[in-house]
Amino acid sequence: MVQQSKERTGSQVLMEVFQNEGVEIVFGYPGGAVLPLYHELAKTDIKHVLVRHEQSAVHAASGYARISGKTGVCFATSGPGATNLVTGIATAYMDSVPVVIFTGQVPTFMVGSDAFQETDITGITIPITKHNYLVNNVEELPRIAKEAFYIAKTGRPGPVLVDIPKDVALAPCKAPIPEKIELRGYKPTYKGHPGQVRALAKLIKEAERPLLFVGGGVVASGAEDLVFELAEKIQVPVATSLTGLGAFPENHPLSVGMVGLHGKPCANHAFTECDLLIGLGVRFDDRVTGAIEKFAPQAKIAHLDIDPAEIGKNLRVDLPLVGDISSVLKELLPLVETSRHDAWLKRIKELRNKYPLTYGPGGEVRPQWVIERLGEMTRGQAIITTDVGQHQMWAALFYGYTKSRTYISSCGLGTMGYGLPAAIGAGLASKDMQVWLITGDGSFQMNMPELATAMEQGLPLKILLFNNQSLAMVRQLQHFYYEKQYTAIEFTGNPDFVRLAECYGAEGLRITKKEDVLPVLSQAMKNNRLTLIECLISEEEMVYPMVPPGAGLNEMIMPD
Amino acid sequence: MMKRTLSVLVENRPGVLTRVAGLFSRRGYNIHSLAVGHTENPSISRMTIVVEGDAHIIEQVEKQLNKLIDVIKISDITDEPYVGRELVLIKVNAEPDVRGEIMQIVEIFRARIVDIARNSVIIEATGDEEKIDAIEASLKPFGIREMVRTGKIAMIRGAKTKGMEASGDGSAI
Repeated sequence: MVQQSKERTGSQVLMEVFQNEGVEIVFGYPGGAVLPLYHELAKTDIKHVLVRHEQSAVHAASGYARISGKTGVCFATSGPGATNLVTGIATAYMDSVPVVIFTGQVPTFMVGSDAFQETDITGITIPITKHNYLVNNVEELPRIAKEAFYIAKTGRPGPVLVDIPKDVALAPCKAPIPEKIELRGYKPTYKGHPGQVRALAKLIKEAERPLLFVGGGVVASGAEDLVFELAEKIQVPVATSLTGLGAFPENHPLSVGMVGLHGKPCANHAFTECDLLIGLGVRFDDRVTGAIEKFAPQAKIAHLDIDPAEIGKNLRVDLPLVGDISSVLKELLPLVETSRHDAWLKRIKELRNKYPLTYGPGGEVRPQWVIERLGEMTRGQAIITTDVGQHQMWAALFYGYTKSRTYISSCGLGTMGYGLPAAIGAGLASKDMQVWLITGDGSFQMNMPELATAMEQGLPLKILLFNNQSLAMVRQLQHFYYEKQYTAIEFTGNPDFVRLAECYGAEGLRITKKEDVLPVLSQAMKNNRLTLIECLISEEEMVYPMVPPGAGLNEMIMPD
Repeated sequence: MMKRTLSVLVENRPGVLTRVAGLFSRRGYNIHSLAVGHTENPSISRMTIVVEGDAHIIEQVEKQLNKLIDVIKISDITDEPYVGRELVLIKVNAEPDVRGEIMQIVEIFRARIVDIARNSVIIEATGDEEKIDAIEASLKPFGIREMVRTGKIAMIRGAKTKGMEASGDGSAI
């Protein structure tokens, strides 16, 4: 309960705010300047997860937030503790994940003196946080802490950092936690403009080949069911972005899957042929559009997003509509008539048959095939986290997502090393779903020490590690764009990953030939402890389809 | 490329200028000038920002500025009737034989001489950008030693206000 006038320290205020906000877990790493916070955290029943590197604390909080729908919380100390957070914060920012980060800072009287472990973390993180604070006066802390959670979760979600000097954390505070948030410069628009909603209904009625394009904003808004309802009501195909994977079930006849530079062929052709493109919580970033002048050339574009700055940023929009996707769709649904687009759906079917998703001939164990089998065996009901590289795209293309919040990846920033800590956060947030990390030997080694964290937390994560002893996405770029001159991509000193797992006390399994795949996957699924599967693949594997620079989405390079 | 004048109300807090200036540099927008000071409400500052760009860039500037939590309100006043003023201090060579001519120029522009040394003077002038440019051009032949310009500040003409709801407790915004 909030003690309105009782004097307590800054750290104690923070714990009150945590209780009010329903914080269950803090991911962090201690150090001198943040110890006052840890001292009080220990007196609460909030769980603390001690990671091995601060970057992982943010990634884990991000994985936790994306699965639970709550706000992730992190602690780190001043100086290097704070700077180690930076990649994690930037990753969360690019994917609009609500995380609140509390950093310790040197005492106020030392701030600005280049004191031991001092760094200007608010200055550093301005471009990669939704907002941040340096708390100079403990009486401001109750308001700031509450605002931080509010800002992180509302509007377009994102990370918020609060830097607390050590003396502020220890100082007595009389100010109450405010009842209400009053931010005159922050008023997100939730309700769509009624005139624009009607205009969208009209566009839908007039269109012959409409296409719904579903992104992370649909997940953040919890609008998956409404999108489903809309798609079925007007019978139109549905594509997703990388962050939107699973927000519309890929086994649904209207699904065309992921679009983009490595999108599904059918989806990419559908974008080129549609006459109305309705973007729902998407950014139209460069990996989605390809050459912008060739993007959706026949289409009117309607763009729905809660962030007005995204609308019109990357491409011309015929119908802008600012608002929360759920709120807008609730207004829209009664205005659109039940309709059919039989000719268009027939064309989609043709495209699907004419341009199937294939991966061509290749070696013994094909990663695409392994992921397809995993999708079948888990019936698309596991949580998949990934790192960044070829495996990320194979995991996006070949698994078959049928549930929202089951594909967790660093989609915007493309952060190698995200997957394992994100899987830890996801594992702690998910009570009943198996959590798989699909990774490669490059990415995995970036945050590999977090295996120990996963073991400490008793998480039975399943790790499917594709080992080609190289950075094969980079190799792929060099193959196509740098005269096949392969530079700085070969790993010759990789550890034995099976024994590595064993030395952490986990189980290590290996896939070397096709016959191993099913038994090894099924053994891992049955295991009730952390299991790492090393799957040996060829470094010559490619991610197809691939849209080369300057090309339109329909101009894909396909496998032989 | 066009020049637009934005009148921006922001929270009067440390770091706000960094947030705004940093946003311009990292998104590649060009600031022509930026003037900032507190308003009639001490908790609010007003920035007058003259920015260069096409319509698409200006729209993005406004939207991105709006995303900053500390930015309260943005008005593009370029096409409204407004008073825009800049202040300039110019230290110009002024040997005795040319002083008369310089004083004439000062007179024409309704400027003032605010400091005088053996062979130079400091001239203070206020006015819109064109006037300041003109006085600078007129004094240039004498040899300008140093010049400081404040950047434009602006206010809507007439009884209408731009975010003057900010007066009082500020909660009306």
